[in-house]
Amino acid sequence: MQPTDTRDPQYYHRVVDCQWACPAHTNVPEYIRLIAAGKFTESYLLNRKSNVFPGILGRTCDRPCEPACRRGRVEEEPVAICRLKRVAADLRDDVRDFLPTAPEVKNGKKVALIGAGPASLTVANDLMPLGYEVTIFEALPKPGGLMRTNIPSFRLPVEVLEEEIDYILDMGVDIRYDHRVESLKELLDADEYDAVFIGTGAPKGKELRIPGREEADANVHIGIEWLEAIHFGHIDSVGERVLVIGVGNTAMDCCRSSKRLGGKDIKVMARKSRPYFKASPWELEDAEDERVEILVNHSPARFVVEDGRLTGMVFDLVEWNENEQGRLVSTKLDETFIPCDDVILAIGQDNAFPFVERDIGIEFGEWDMPVVDRSTFMTTREGVFVGGDAAWGPENIIWAVEHGHQAAISIHNHCQGIPVIERPPYGMNLVSTKMGLHEWRYSNDYNPADRTAMRYVDLEQRIADMKIEAELGFDVKQASREVERCLNCDVQTDFTAKLCIECDACVDVCPTYCLTITMNGTEEQLRSRLVAPADNLEQAIFVSEALPQTKRVMVKDEDLCVHCGLCAERCPTAAWDMVQFDLLNPHAGQGTWPREAVPV
Amino acid sequence: MSYIEKPVARHPGMRTNALGLTPRDYEGSMSTLCAGCGHDSVTAALIQAFFELDVEPHRVAKLSGIGCSSKTPTYFVSQAHGFNSVHGRMPSIAAGANAANRDLLYVGISGDGDSLSIGLGQFLHAVRRNVNMLYVLENNGVYGLTKGQFSASADVGSKSKRGEVNRQGPIDPVDVALTLGASFVARSFSGDKDQLVPILEAGLRHEGFAFVDVISPCVTFNDHVGSTKSYAYTRTHMHEVVETDFVPIMAEITTRYAEGTVRAVTMHDGSSIRLRKVDEAYDPTDRAAVVDFLAAARERDEIATGLLYLGEAGEDMHAFSETVETPLVDVPFGELCPGAAALDEIQKAWR
Repeated sequence: MQPTDTRDPQYYHRVVDCQWACPAHTNVPEYIRLIAAGKFTESYLLNRKSNVFPGILGRTCDRPCEPACRRGRVEEEPVAICRLKRVAADLRDDVRDFLPTAPEVKNGKKVALIGAGPASLTVANDLMPLGYEVTIFEALPKPGGLMRTNIPSFRLPVEVLEEEIDYILDMGVDIRYDHRVESLKELLDADEYDAVFIGTGAPKGKELRIPGREEADANVHIGIEWLEAIHFGHIDSVGERVLVIGVGNTAMDCCRSSKRLGGKDIKVMARKSRPYFKASPWELEDAEDERVEILVNHSPARFVVEDGRLTGMVFDLVEWNENEQGRLVSTKLDETFIPCDDVILAIGQDNAFPFVERDIGIEFGEWDMPVVDRSTFMTTREGVFVGGDAAWGPENIIWAVEHGHQAAISIHNHCQGIPVIERPPYGMNLVSTKMGLHEWRYSNDYNPADRTAMRYVDLEQRIADMKIEAELGFDVKQASREVERCLNCDVQTDFTAKLCIECDACVDVCPTYCLTITMNGTEEQLRSRLVAPADNLEQAIFVSEALPQTKRVMVKDEDLCVHCGLCAERCPTAAWDMVQFDLLNPHAGQGTWPREAVPV
Repeated sequence: MSYIEKPVARHPGMRTNALGLTPRDYEGSMSTLCAGCGHDSVTAALIQAFFELDVEPHRVAKLSGIGCSSKTPTYFVSQAHGFNSVHGRMPSIAAGANAANRDLLYVGISGDGDSLSIGLGQFLHAVRRNVNMLYVLENNGVYGLTKGQFSASADVGSKSKRGEVNRQGPIDPVDVALTLGASFVARSFSGDKDQLVPILEAGLRHEGFAFVDVISPCVTFNDHVGSTKSYAYTRTHMHEVVETDFVPIMAEITTRYAEGTVRAVTMHDGSSIRLRKVDEAYDPTDRAAVVDFLAAARERDEIATGLLYLGEAGEDMHAFSETVETPLVDVPFGELCPGAAALDEIQKAWR
């Protein structure tokens, strides 16, 4: 194998599993260390730089980082990354003085954003400081998009939501509420804006077309519309017996909301079995803790209406088996009637672009979705961009944020006459953490503590009021315990081949057998020849240049390294060093990164 | 030394041996030796050997004297018995322990100072008595613990860290062991585990005194240009005379050597040592020829390594002394100590 180029920012980036998995590439280990140091404000600001909404995401993020967390591989449970983010948000001081500001003198470019959800807000956040005049058109009377309407306030208090949105709007964004854009053509034809960004989400809840649907309409609700109605106070009660159809995260919000609106017997009806549930495991847990029942292998067959009123639903009891093509197919075993007063449909969301005319140069493709470039977020019409759920269907907030960042880069390029495909580069800082003979600038001692459990408001109390936030968050003591579980994967084992004397000290001391000195070969050979085979093909192996004495190579399997730094401590020649890797994310308006901080 | 404990995190794909133990179960506490010390590699090789041989940790006795080398037993098989004795006296303690309980697996760790200076007499008598043990001499040519003076194994012409040249001739422990009749004599290098581990395994299984001289560089005081015990010098001057492979009993024989060039020696428990001669003329079972060969190799500034000599173990200490088969701990107290009357009877015989 060729020697690994560790001076390519993406190599060490890949090692930081959480940061790599995060769509916005949040520097998780560093913000956790800042929390450990009690620097909550700094931690919050570091978060905000990449994910813009730390307080919101610290409560609602889908946490792609946690399944990726290395702790989950060397132990069982990942670090509670998401809830630590909330700690930084909860315990921060006033950050207003440290937030980006918009310049007095504008750059003369105007941008229109359609929809005030996380994607549009991120675009505004990135473009306002550059002097753009940003206008947001929002159909509802308040900003936030699905963060406001689809996430119940017992998961995300309105104050938290509004505070973080205001950080952006207060830069001087011109936001027009109750202003639904009815025609994109009109907006474009007016020629008032240099660029238009569509961040309208996936606002249409899926329908369930089975017999009895029309007759039962008064008591059948579309999940996301129903949640929105609750948020704006249009709905404040529900029947005693509620069936929630679907088992995604929206279904969890619906069943838990039902509980708070007076529902007593709440059942979530799943067509398949547990391994196929779409909802995040922790959301399922939270729902079940609130005594919501989840029934599996129940496929909706028809609504039963008597005397014009919904009395229940008939379900097919099904069994799932793989057919020859490897696809799951169901076989009906029986059917069953389940009585209920209300049914809430939470079986998915669709995009809708009624305001986009089909003859204005914006090409539509499969599923009646606009064709959007994966890296530039531009449609086939120059100057029109799409991001968030509106781009490729429902994802989660953190994806919308990343789309916003990328779209902001494109919009900036577009307005400045730079080709949109010219993306600013990633950069990095690499700084040694060595403080003394065996002292490092990070806590390298492995803490075997188990994952800290979340605390909740007492069950009776929390289901009594929609506005009581169910989770209490970590207190300082819990946070300081949880931060020590982080393995500091961003503190990289950096190797200088020419210093190595091949004493084997690092190989011998490594607790997870990551290191091997061996003859070079193909990747396949090397992977099998290591002290412990490197089976995770997703994770690269490091190969050094030829070592001075024997011309063998140092090979490191990055997969299970716990970054304890013992290789560096036991290295007599400092061929190994523990260097802190700081990924410099590209953002709108930034040119090249300085190279000085990266030792060659 | 490191301030932190070795993380308890484990590789989920870690191998287990026949006892269900992982290599990490054969570790000891964190080493306090200098970073890069060859002795730590010997420790790692021992851990691997014990693991591969499915040794029950509580059936091992680790013994040592004084010196950097003698700290080593702390760093492997923490659940074994251990005794850290007076400087140079490890062989006596090993002999005594072995006399009392012949069923344990004895591993003595010593250094060039411990075995070739203050404890030379002890070492010689352990060879002569044929104590059933693995005797590892971690040889770095200097007194590391007292800041790097030349030891008795330093070669003529070798330079100290401050530039002085050694003029006194060395004691070669391999020579000494051979001439005193040791039946298992090997030399290896801490930086070559492919060679060292099978030799240690074979030594642990050898019935009788098994001696392994391991060149184990002192990274702090003897790893510079001009030293003849540095990593670089050892790598360029070592010459593997006999390649050794150890095949445990029951294991499928998948040797890395081509058939025909291999000579298999079956051990008392059914396991076997497979030797491949690199030099056609070399015969690892001819003691006199080995001594001659080593003298010639020294002339060529060549460090001959491998399992250099393997012979019939012959009678061991217990046979010479006609001791009981049973470890004393298992002999009923009444038999072990029959009382004053029995002693009187015995003494009558000499009156």
